[in-house]
This record gives sequence, structure tokens and C-alpha cells, in this order.
Amino acid sequence: MRNLIVFLWKHQFFVLFIILESISLTFLFNSYSYHRSLAFNSVNDITGTIYLSYSNVTDYFGLKNENEKLTNENAFLRNLIRPINSESDTLFSVHQDSQYFYRTAKVVSNSVNKQNNYVLLNKGGDYGIKPEMGVISSSGIAGIVIGVSPDFSYVMSLLHQNCRISARIKKNNHLVNVLWDGNNYKEGMVVDIPSHIELHKGDSIVSSGNSLIFPEGILIGRVNEHTQSANKDLSEAVIEFSTDFNSLQNVYIIENLTKTEADTLVSAFPN
Amino acid sequence: MSNLYTRNIIRFITLIFFQVLVLNNMNLGGYINPYIYILFILLLPATINKSLLLIMAFVTGLTIDYFGNTLGLHAAATVLLAFARPGILNFFFPNMEFSSEEEPNITKLKPGGFLKYTLVLVFIHHSVLFFLEVFSFDGFLSTIYRIALSTLVTTLMIMIITLIFTPRKKKKI
Repeated sequence: MRNLIVFLWKHQFFVLFIILESISLTFLFNSYSYHRSLAFNSVNDITGTIYLSYSNVTDYFGLKNENEKLTNENAFLRNLIRPINSESDTLFSVHQDSQYFYRTAKVVSNSVNKQNNYVLLNKGGDYGIKPEMGVISSSGIAGIVIGVSPDFSYVMSLLHQNCRISARIKKNNHLVNVLWDGNNYKEGMVVDIPSHIELHKGDSIVSSGNSLIFPEGILIGRVNEHTQSANKDLSEAVIEFSTDFNSLQNVYIIENLTKTEADTLVSAFPN
Repeated sequence: MSNLYTRNIIRFITLIFFQVLVLNNMNLGGYINPYIYILFILLLPATINKSLLLIMAFVTGLTIDYFGNTLGLHAAATVLLAFARPGILNFFFPNMEFSSEEEPNITKLKPGGFLKYTLVLVFIHHSVLFFLEVFSFDGFLSTIYRIALSTLVTTLMIMIITLIFTPRKKKKI
């Protein structure tokens, strides 16, 4: 025992190195699973406050673009008021019922250049935001809330290795999945496309509504390139995200008011 | 004595803020992510207790992780950097004498030596960091490409920063 302690003390540099590396790697591997990342995220008011005061300054530089987007969206919404019962190809038209509740929030910090990207929003638990609510921008899906503090909420961006969104091909309603391959923040992948389906450049991919997180029919992106492989049942396609993640500023957090009810019903029947 | 502590604390805070608020928000084509906060570890005194060096590296890495929500990622890479530092210093400059509290900085190591020292350690740090971040050998070449580009940019930025902040010696007349 004594010898062991002497040995460890003599090689304390190496032993300490191993200990610290093990701690780091344990932290890291814990954060790799989606469910763990719901539990272990460092949403907190210290980093949040620092990011907030920083973005209060930098927001001024983007005001012009942001105004332009807001006016565009206003115009868009105005257009909806008149022909409210005619079917249109727009973002919010489908959801006139009260199943979904929209809250606005502002992006405080955001990244697009990592393999796992997160967005921090300036509203949190005090505004009724809870984990697993959907986040959309005015042009399409942006991410899913994974953690909240009283004043901030942490969002797993669509640009995240664990993010897999259930989607539909708009023209024929086939179910597919959308994920991100980690290369270019403008492009995502559509996987699980049945092989008999042919996609063309510009076809819309929209949310399916199956996950109870996003309403049905919200735009995710448009197809850029579809690669059919002869020997596989399922093919893949590259899409261009409709949301520009690099300029994300104002977003909507979507609460599905019937989600708890649906979850309870589903969990009452284990398999 | 207090000068040493103040200097390192100010350096730590400045580098962390610069990294988190400026560099982490920069998007240089998706392939280039400079991480210059490791300059703090590079410039700690050469005669520092090696275990203390590891702990400081761990704390620095965790601080960056805390802001980026990448718990453990930067800590792992920075601890390895600190582990390699004494060996690298010894390897490149076997005969160099460091007085206590003396930093392995650009004046001491000469620009060429400091460049070697920085380049090798940055490369070690970035290799671990990017591979752990992707966490697979898929797209191996693309990761290598990111490591190479980011290493060059980080080294370049570190050289520029140290050159700007190093007081010039008065010219002999």
C-alpha cells in the first residue's frame, strides 16, 4: 500500500494526466446521447448574461437585414388575413386551430461551424418554455429546445449530430427523415426515401407533424440533388435548408398544447 | 511575484473572452475554427510545477466548454496539450536555461523557435479536438483538412498577437 502511494506520488504528473483526461472524456461521452444531452447541459444565467450583453451590442449591426425580414414576414401574414379559407402554400396557414401556441424569442448566441451546434434564446422557463418544444424561424425549422433556465433556453440546432427530424415530401406525402451530415451549414440530408420515388431539384421537404414537436407542413428545405442507388431500398438526397442558420435572430417557439395528452395516451400502451 | 499572477489572470480572462465572444462566432468557410485560448497554456512559466500546469489546462478547457456547451471536449484536448508541453520544450530546446517565472515566449525562444513550439503544440491540440468533435473516422480527409487549416490559422494568429504585445527592445545605437 505504502509502495503504491510512493509510486503514484513519484509519477504524479502522468497519473494526474490520466485522471483529468478520464474526467473530460466521461463528460464528453455523456453528452453524446440525445437523452443525456437533455439532462446535462450547461444552461445557466452566468454564460447567458454574458452572451446577452454581448449580443445587445452586436445586434445593431444586423438591424437593417432583420427589419427587412420582419417587414417581409408582416407582408406575408397580412396576405393571410384576407384569403383565410383558401389553401395557400405558406408557413402558418395550416394552423388556424388552437393546437399550437407560438411564442417569439430572440437568439442570444448561435453557432454553425461545429459538429454539434446549439442556439441560446433570451426567453426561458418564466415564459412557459419547456424542453422538447420546437423552434422555427420565419423561413423554416430551426431546432428543438433541450434545456431551460428561468431566463434562457438552450436549443439543439438542426445542425446537430443527434438531430433527426421526421419529415414529408410535400408533393406526395411520403415520410422521410432529415438530418445533418456536419459539413456545410446550408445543406442537410434527406434519408429513408423509398427507392421508387424520384425527387427533383426544388421539391419541398416539410415537417410531418408525427413527432408532436413541430406542426405539420412547416418548410425544412428544398431538394438540391437526389442520388438514386440501384441496389438499395432507400435512397438519399441533399437539401438546401430554408433557414439561414448563420443569420438566425428572431425565432418562434412552438408549444403543442396536446402533446402531454398524446404522450400519456401512448405511454399507456407499452409496445 | 504579484506581477506574474496579475499578468496571467489578465491574459486568461482576455483570451477566454476573445475566444468565446469573437472567434467562436466567426465562420470562416466552416473549415477554419481558430482556438487561440491555448496561448495561455503556452505562455505559462517554463519552470511551473507540471501537475499545476495540467490542472490549469483542465480549468481553461472546462471554461471554454462551459460557454460552448461542449462539456469535456476542450478540456480533454487542452490537458493533452499541457501533458505534451514539457516534453516538447525539452525536445526543441534541450540546453536552454529558464530562470524561475520565465515564460517560454517569443523573446526567449527567438521567433523561429517559438513558431516551432507553437505549431507542434497547436497541431496536437487541434488533432485531438477535431477528432473528438466528429467522433468518427468517417470523412477522415475532411477532418484532416480542417485540422491542417485551423492549425495554420491558429498559429498565425498566435504569432501576430505575440508580436503585437511583445515590447520591443531598444535598438542599440
